[in-house]
Amino acid sequence: MDAVNDKLSQHKGRHKGSVKARLAAFFSNLYKIHLFIIRFFKAAFLPPYEFKEIVRQCYETGVRSLPLITITGFIVGFIFTKQARPSLASFGANSWLPSLVSIAIMRALAPLVTALIASGKVGSSIGAELGSMRVTEQIDAMEVSGTNPFKYLVCTRVLATTIVIPILATYAAYIGLIGGYLNVSVNEGTSYTAFIEQFFSPLVFLDFTSSIIKSIVFGFTIGIVGCYQGYYASSGTEGVGKAANGAVVTAMFLVFIEEIIIVQITGNFR
Amino acid sequence: MHKDKTKIDHNNVVIKIRGLEKAFEDYAVLRGIDLDLYQGENLVVLGRSGSGKSVLIKLISGLLKPDSGSIEVLGQDLSKITDKELQLLRTRIGFSFQSSALYDSMTVRKNLEFPLVRNKRNLTRQEIDTAVETVLEAVGLSQTINQMPAELSGGQRKRIGIARTLILNPEIMLYDEPTAGLDPITCIEINALIDQVQHRYNTSSIIITHDLTCAKTTGDRISMLMDGKFQRTGTFDEVFKTGDKRIKPFFDYNFIE
Repeated sequence: MDAVNDKLSQHKGRHKGSVKARLAAFFSNLYKIHLFIIRFFKAAFLPPYEFKEIVRQCYETGVRSLPLITITGFIVGFIFTKQARPSLASFGANSWLPSLVSIAIMRALAPLVTALIASGKVGSSIGAELGSMRVTEQIDAMEVSGTNPFKYLVCTRVLATTIVIPILATYAAYIGLIGGYLNVSVNEGTSYTAFIEQFFSPLVFLDFTSSIIKSIVFGFTIGIVGCYQGYYASSGTEGVGKAANGAVVTAMFLVFIEEIIIVQITGNFR
Repeated sequence: MHKDKTKIDHNNVVIKIRGLEKAFEDYAVLRGIDLDLYQGENLVVLGRSGSGKSVLIKLISGLLKPDSGSIEVLGQDLSKITDKELQLLRTRIGFSFQSSALYDSMTVRKNLEFPLVRNKRNLTRQEIDTAVETVLEAVGLSQTINQMPAELSGGQRKRIGIARTLILNPEIMLYDEPTAGLDPITCIEINALIDQVQHRYNTSSIIITHDLTCAKTTGDRISMLMDGKFQRTGTFDEVFKTGDKRIKPFFDYNFIE
């Protein structure tokens, strides 16, 4: 089979440089992603359900990302507060700092930073793991032993990221709040109760829901992109690297695009 | 070594292939394959690298879809069965991969349990343990039960790969290059294991290889795959003593006796 692939790649190599071939590959890839997503929805909601594996993947995705999310969330809250202070101070509006921090963290920073961290940590890990399983024929082995590898490997991971990323984003928002509070507390001497009161006062229900919806979309994107890249990895160990890299780059790019779209949509409801 | 052919049932065809064709883009790998595998028979498919040997068994196991032609496995036409039926059929076929394809993240025990717990969900813990111990004992590697695949040698990985397929008591075994990359002594052990599996589990097998020692030791019948077709089929002597110039270099390189 490897020898067949070698001959095939030699054959492909003669044509892959042309613009036409690249365009064809791009649209073919787009079509395959579309089919991949449809296949996910068909497989994920039909029995038998892989509850045990979903829980295991949630643990892998969530608990293992927790230290990084904690550090990043704290730094984001702390630094944002520090950087925003001079601008507000020039208007004598230091007291608005908790409100500004809350809007920035809840509406944008927490879901976005969590998604970017998860793209790097979780997305690359899924891409590399499935890619490695593909090139070492472990996915084929699963399939011939009567197990549906798409359901067992892909659906569980995508569902796990979709469930866990919103939870991590909420956690990141709380840690960001603590980072902001420590900065405000040291500089302005604001009490925790006063900070919390001012933190939540400008927030409305839409801020919470849009943040959660955004995180669900980001989580789904990170999972599906990582799985797609890994599931269709080829060309041996080089393919594993490409899958991991592709998972991170594509997921990050899509997260930014989705952020813009969701902000535009939620903006209409304000 | 003379194989006991008394167990071969020539009236019972377990794999029947007619006019099988498969191409990748415009590179035709298989160009009209016909094949019958009888109950209890070990059929060796020989051929050069890239001749389509592995593609053939991936088509038989449904991992690839043919461009044309028909494949019947245990009386079921692969082109006419549903995904669920294919999944069930696969539990009756064992596939030993060239790379062994053990799950890296699982111990040997978990690797062996995996197909069992996925396909027979009502088994008790004790039944699972007994099945695992039985197949491990069959391949002579009981001591490796708690090891990770990375801690095993190439030969041990092959054996565990075979054990993992045996745990579902398959009726057909497909071996993809079972002796590739192994030292001569381990090759002999793997060849003996293939024979042992045939007798102990009463399986019919297709063995993909370009190792003539393996072919001669394990094969009841040999088919030579060249240019996308079976050029010659018969016993080892029938295939290699014809003086066919396309086949002779194989014999010269792999000189046996």
